Amino acid sequence: MFAYLVKRLFQAAAVMFAISIVAFAIQDNLGDPLRELVGQSVSEEVRQQLRDELGLNDSFIEQYLRFAGRAIQGDLGTSYFFKEPALDVILRKLPATLELVFGATVIIIGLSIPLGVYTAIKPNSIFSKVVMGVSIIGISIPVFLTAILLIFFFAVELRWLPSFGRGDPVHVFGYWETNFANWAGLRQILLPSIALSSIMLPLFIRLIRAEMLETLDSEYVKYAYAKGLQTRRIWFVHALKNTLLPVITVGGVQIGTMVAYTILTETVFQWPGMGFMFLEAVNRVDTPLIVAYLIVVGFIFVLTNTVVDLIYGLVNPTVNLSRMGA
Amino acid sequence: MSLLSVQGLTVKFAMRNNTVTALNDISFDIGQGERVGIVGESGAGKSITGFSILNLLSRPGYIAGGSIMFDGQDLTKLSDKQFRTIRGNRIAMIFQDPMVTLNPVLTIGQQMVEQLQAHRRVSRKDAEIIAVAKLREVYIPAPEERLKQYPHELSGGMRQRIVIAIALLLDPQLIIADEPTTALDVTIQADIMELLLELCESNNVSLILITHDLGVVSQMTQRMLVMYAGRIIETGGTREIINDPQHPYTQGLINALPQQTLPGEKLRQIPGNMPALSAIPPGCPFHPRCGYAVPTCRTVRPELRRHGGSDVACIEVERLHGTTPHKVDYA
Repeated sequence: MFAYLVKRLFQAAAVMFAISIVAFAIQDNLGDPLRELVGQSVSEEVRQQLRDELGLNDSFIEQYLRFAGRAIQGDLGTSYFFKEPALDVILRKLPATLELVFGATVIIIGLSIPLGVYTAIKPNSIFSKVVMGVSIIGISIPVFLTAILLIFFFAVELRWLPSFGRGDPVHVFGYWETNFANWAGLRQILLPSIALSSIMLPLFIRLIRAEMLETLDSEYVKYAYAKGLQTRRIWFVHALKNTLLPVITVGGVQIGTMVAYTILTETVFQWPGMGFMFLEAVNRVDTPLIVAYLIVVGFIFVLTNTVVDLIYGLVNPTVNLSRMGA
Repeated sequence: MSLLSVQGLTVKFAMRNNTVTALNDISFDIGQGERVGIVGESGAGKSITGFSILNLLSRPGYIAGGSIMFDGQDLTKLSDKQFRTIRGNRIAMIFQDPMVTLNPVLTIGQQMVEQLQAHRRVSRKDAEIIAVAKLREVYIPAPEERLKQYPHELSGGMRQRIVIAIALLLDPQLIIADEPTTALDVTIQADIMELLLELCESNNVSLILITHDLGVVSQMTQRMLVMYAGRIIETGGTREIINDPQHPYTQGLINALPQQTLPGEKLRQIPGNMPALSAIPPGCPFHPRCGYAVPTCRTVRPELRRHGGSDVACIEVERLHGTTPHKVDYA
């Protein structure tokens, strides 16, 4: 187990290294940072001097090593716009995004498992056909359109739910602000969560359904029937457990993807999270913030994947983690 | 009275365009403690016979006619709930490949305890005690340890022993074994068969052994059925049929055994293949491959009738002895 963990951490470090190079390389292609830093009136000589001082004339490798050295110590540069460490800006926005992803994940897990299982067990029922039809539509509509439609119906027309923002999140544990503490907060986060889950949810329903159908067709399920077990036990213990194993792996990757999807959802709902911040940073050519965002999102991606792999090893008895490390 | 009496069993598969008949008017009886073999090539309907007794046909197969009387009850008329009290409890089944029959994510203990609890009111602790006792009966070393293990941690032979132990868990009256050793190593096959025979004899359990291995049938069973294209074409005492097969197909099966040829000599295969269920020829289904076929064989469907030591479905059976087969020109 320990050997596997170490091996997995090395892999994660290698992926982070690749991400950091790509993110850092983007910097050179976003225009001259001096244009953002100084006004038009500054002469070319002064600009050249500033470039030297900032190390912008050094080779790419030198610049990268300097950047990487600081990044390891938690310094991802200073935002031009906020005039404070980019990481601090991101960490301030992180809870909003993570809560949104959490909300969407709860919706996805809560609905995809029962619906996926139901459509597999009763493939010919009208309800199953409706679910499958709607899921195709759900996959086909882009997130921003779903978000706009949700705002139109539930906020503008019906006036049931607020249309934008986070409202007044409650402070917990000092630093963290949450929307899950009271009813008002939940109302704020409901529509954005639905919008964010709108692509993943149908995808997961279909994935679980396909896996479940395959499992129901397996020899061990037929054998379970031959043993005279209750149908419920066959469905929910014998079949479902085997169904969820591959779903866990896909799910882990998708949580990372959802963090990236938040850019669209947060922008439409003016949700004050990392995604919204990222789009603003792009508009302002706030290069350090853009680079820092890419690295933090990459880090979240790698982290979730590593954790999911470890969980998979614990859930699936045929994966022996202690042996895999050897 | 016989324990199991199958009469006129017909199984059909509803395909998109047509319905094919997989089992055609199958009838046989099995007494308490009797062991019967069902042999034939792949696709003859052996496994379907086994599965239809437990009503475990996978869609689109269904029982289209006939009755299956088991201990005074017609199994074809039972509800799902009533059937659950039979499956695994009074009739147990052993599947072909132990690598895929046990659930990979449940421990051996869980898979044994759940079956006991599905049929009897026992605590988990008591169920485990019974499970350990059954594992000991099938000569599993350190049975207590096995309960905590997952199927992938055990060898194929060990897993099939466990499947046999699960079959015996509730002291059934009948065991249906569908090619129980086909997926196993040759060296283990004999051990498993010997074990199965010993346990059936000592517990007075009836056995339906589905196999294509005539050697196994001759060692294990008292009576046998030979199936071809969804029909029984010969049935009788195992010894009688093995020593003096009546039907040209049964003769072909026995002649095809490697023991029947000298080393270096070509095996005497039966020419051609079993017909697809959707294209069973009229008359005797075997006539295109039969070296004794006469023109009437193409039109007249033979019924089972007594000849020699067995019941045979062949209209020419009286003339077979002393006749040399003509060469079959199988297209």
